[in-house]
Amino acid sequence: MLLSGSEIVMECLLREGVDVIFGYPGGAILPTYDAMTKYPQIHHVLVRHEQGASHMADGYARATGRVGVCIATSGPGATNLVTGLATAMMDSVPIVAITGQVPRAAIGTDAFQETDVTGVTIPVTKHNYLISDIHELAYCIKEAFYIARTGRQGPVLIDIPKDVQNEKIEFVYPEGEIRLPGYRPPTSANESDVFAARDLINNAKRPIILAGHGIMMSGAMQQLRELSERAQIPVTLTLLGKGAMPEDHPLCVGMMGMHGNAASNHAIQESDLIIALGMRFDDRVTGNLKTYAPHAKKIHVDIDPSEIHKNVKVDVGIAGDLRTVLNQVLPGVNGNTHPEWLNRIRDWQEDSSERDILSNYEGDKLLAPQVINDLWRFTDGEAITVTDVGQHQMIEAQYYPHRRPATMLTSGGLGTMGFGFPAAIGAKFGRPDEPVWAIVGDGGFQMTMCEMATAVQERIDVKIAIINNGFLGMVRQWQEFFYEERYHATPMVNPDFCKLAEAFGIPNMRVTQRDQIQEAVEFANSIKGPVLIEFVVEKEEIVYPMVPAGADLDKMIRRPKKGEQ
Amino acid sequence: MPNNTSKQVVVALVENKPGVLNRVASLFRRRNYNVDSLTVGRTHKSHVSRMTIVVDVARTDARQIVSNLYKLVNVIDVKALTGEPHVSRDLALIKVRTDDVESRNAVTEVCERYPARIVDIGVKYAIVEITAQEDLVEKLIDELRPIGIVELVRTGVVAMGRGVRILDTEYEPINHHQTAGDLERYGV
Ligand SMILES: Cc1ncc(C[n+]2csc(CCOP(=O)(O)OP(=O)(O)O)c2C)c(N)n1
Repeated sequence: MLLSGSEIVMECLLREGVDVIFGYPGGAILPTYDAMTKYPQIHHVLVRHEQGASHMADGYARATGRVGVCIATSGPGATNLVTGLATAMMDSVPIVAITGQVPRAAIGTDAFQETDVTGVTIPVTKHNYLISDIHELAYCIKEAFYIARTGRQGPVLIDIPKDVQNEKIEFVYPEGEIRLPGYRPPTSANESDVFAARDLINNAKRPIILAGHGIMMSGAMQQLRELSERAQIPVTLTLLGKGAMPEDHPLCVGMMGMHGNAASNHAIQESDLIIALGMRFDDRVTGNLKTYAPHAKKIHVDIDPSEIHKNVKVDVGIAGDLRTVLNQVLPGVNGNTHPEWLNRIRDWQEDSSERDILSNYEGDKLLAPQVINDLWRFTDGEAITVTDVGQHQMIEAQYYPHRRPATMLTSGGLGTMGFGFPAAIGAKFGRPDEPVWAIVGDGGFQMTMCEMATAVQERIDVKIAIINNGFLGMVRQWQEFFYEERYHATPMVNPDFCKLAEAFGIPNMRVTQRDQIQEAVEFANSIKGPVLIEFVVEKEEIVYPMVPAGADLDKMIRRPKKGEQ
Repeated sequence: MPNNTSKQVVVALVENKPGVLNRVASLFRRRNYNVDSLTVGRTHKSHVSRMTIVVDVARTDARQIVSNLYKLVNVIDVKALTGEPHVSRDLALIKVRTDDVESRNAVTEVCERYPARIVDIGVKYAIVEITAQEDLVEKLIDELRPIGIVELVRTGVVAMGRGVRILDTEYEPINHHQTAGDLERYGV
């Protein structure tokens, strides 16, 4: 079959099982856009900014576990993808980005819309390709998908010169196996490490499991639960680990880290064994490394060997697939109870609930925690929530407990404002039968709100909850704590979000009182299509607890107890 | 200058493809690894190049460097050589002043005490070549310095494990130019 490069791209996408791609056309990618007309099985979503396309591919991938695909033209189209690639890289999300490039003969001449995209994206992709020969095209696409979804997953970019897209060859799909001599993701643990890990687990008095994104990426939820239940080991989650264990499970202590549950942070600091599974000891979860978990032996399992000993030196480091490794370790793990330890943790949890603003607040303003908690109630805790970055993100992490994996999607490693709304659109494409809520701040939403047009054009059923506090709230919080309340460049004069939604053709509602929340959720659910709800909340809210950057993990700024102020 | 740095020799087999050096350099810059020297050259297999990288590991665990290099898809194999018996060589060309009898004699005399030779000599300058271990090269440079070095170039260290410590690969690249009739490679 004589096919053009563009048609080969589409053929390869079909064979990878791609059903939707997010993109934006332009000169250097036009041949591929033209080829799309022959492949109606693959739905193209026209975004309003390429950054949106990259986040949609990311949201799709996080929600489904499949590879998300985005596509853009050369130069500015490609550079607009960079934030999304960096976001996916930090959180190990498998996406494939396809970009047009100027014709081969023009490369290096500063041609119109020429950017060295493979050069620009080396640090923010797992791997990338500049296709210099059409004979390599199909194989490289296949390889790109393989690399994106195996080992430590991540984004891969393929840059295709326009003349390669136009060139024709006899097309043969490379059916054989991928052969990459230097790419051998680790799988299982060696026996001595398995024994060493079991030994530590069986002898620990105050063990704690730190569960991260890797649990879900390797599908080890069952194994995690078994380990935790059999040996009665409490589990604390990273932000991206939410969903790894049902948060209403008695052994789940909730999130750890800068704005984590105080009980988790205290428990880590007092533990005598840390079992870190598919997490990477990010500074946002460790605080001061010098004083981190000082009494604990440490076991670390991660698919990426370079994560072992990177931030925290461990006693048993295992590079491998979590599910495989846990299946190796579990048979020798003894039943255990740890009653004293669990009681101690319960005490910390009780102390936290005494400080909970939901039970202590006597004012009459609408609070973000109330909004999130009611959203949780009225969506039965079953919605897929996709957050943006800031206070509302941390409040969602604290007040929307998740029971199922991949139901809380958020930009953790990069903390990319503008991620939430487009990623929610992508997630909805991946899981059309589940309710998807984008929970965004008034600041972050304005970074990618142009995608409202995309949502309308696609009639995509995404609910937008804007938590409007009139500030870049999280930055304001830092200014309040660390810059003597000099609120510079954080107050915002915002557009009327409801009128804006109106202009885009999106049904909307403004909520200023707590008793309107249920009605708002019901209103949103009554419409099949995008709906925007603006929650006008208390302006100067603070997210507690807070571990100041670089402080010891248990030196948290706490919300005072009632009457303690 | 106080010398409190420690050196780690890492050798890597990489696919001989455009951009691979860029990826390695980008990794080192991004991870803030201090590179002392980096050499690349072809091997006896045209599709494989070999890099010798000398890194300053005062701040970085050598395991980190190896595991991060491994993460690059085009890196076929990596090995840290320090701590293992190995041969390492640095080559330097040093142009020194030889415009009077004393300097000429001094250069000749110094070279006799090193595995060095004079490869070019003129009325004003001579070029000294040395191939030796890095520390020896450095000593020679120090001795030539007072005579008057006007130009200097070094290749950077290349290294190889001794005896049975062989770093090689069976890997054969895929030929993407198979025609439709010759498809066994693709498993069709
Ligand atoms: C692209 C980007 N720019 C800047 C920041 C720094 N930053 C982190 S949180 C934040 C404030 C977010 O404000 P808003 O979206 O209103 O959410 P809130 O914190 O009020 O909930 C800023 C500016 C960021 N994370 N991402």
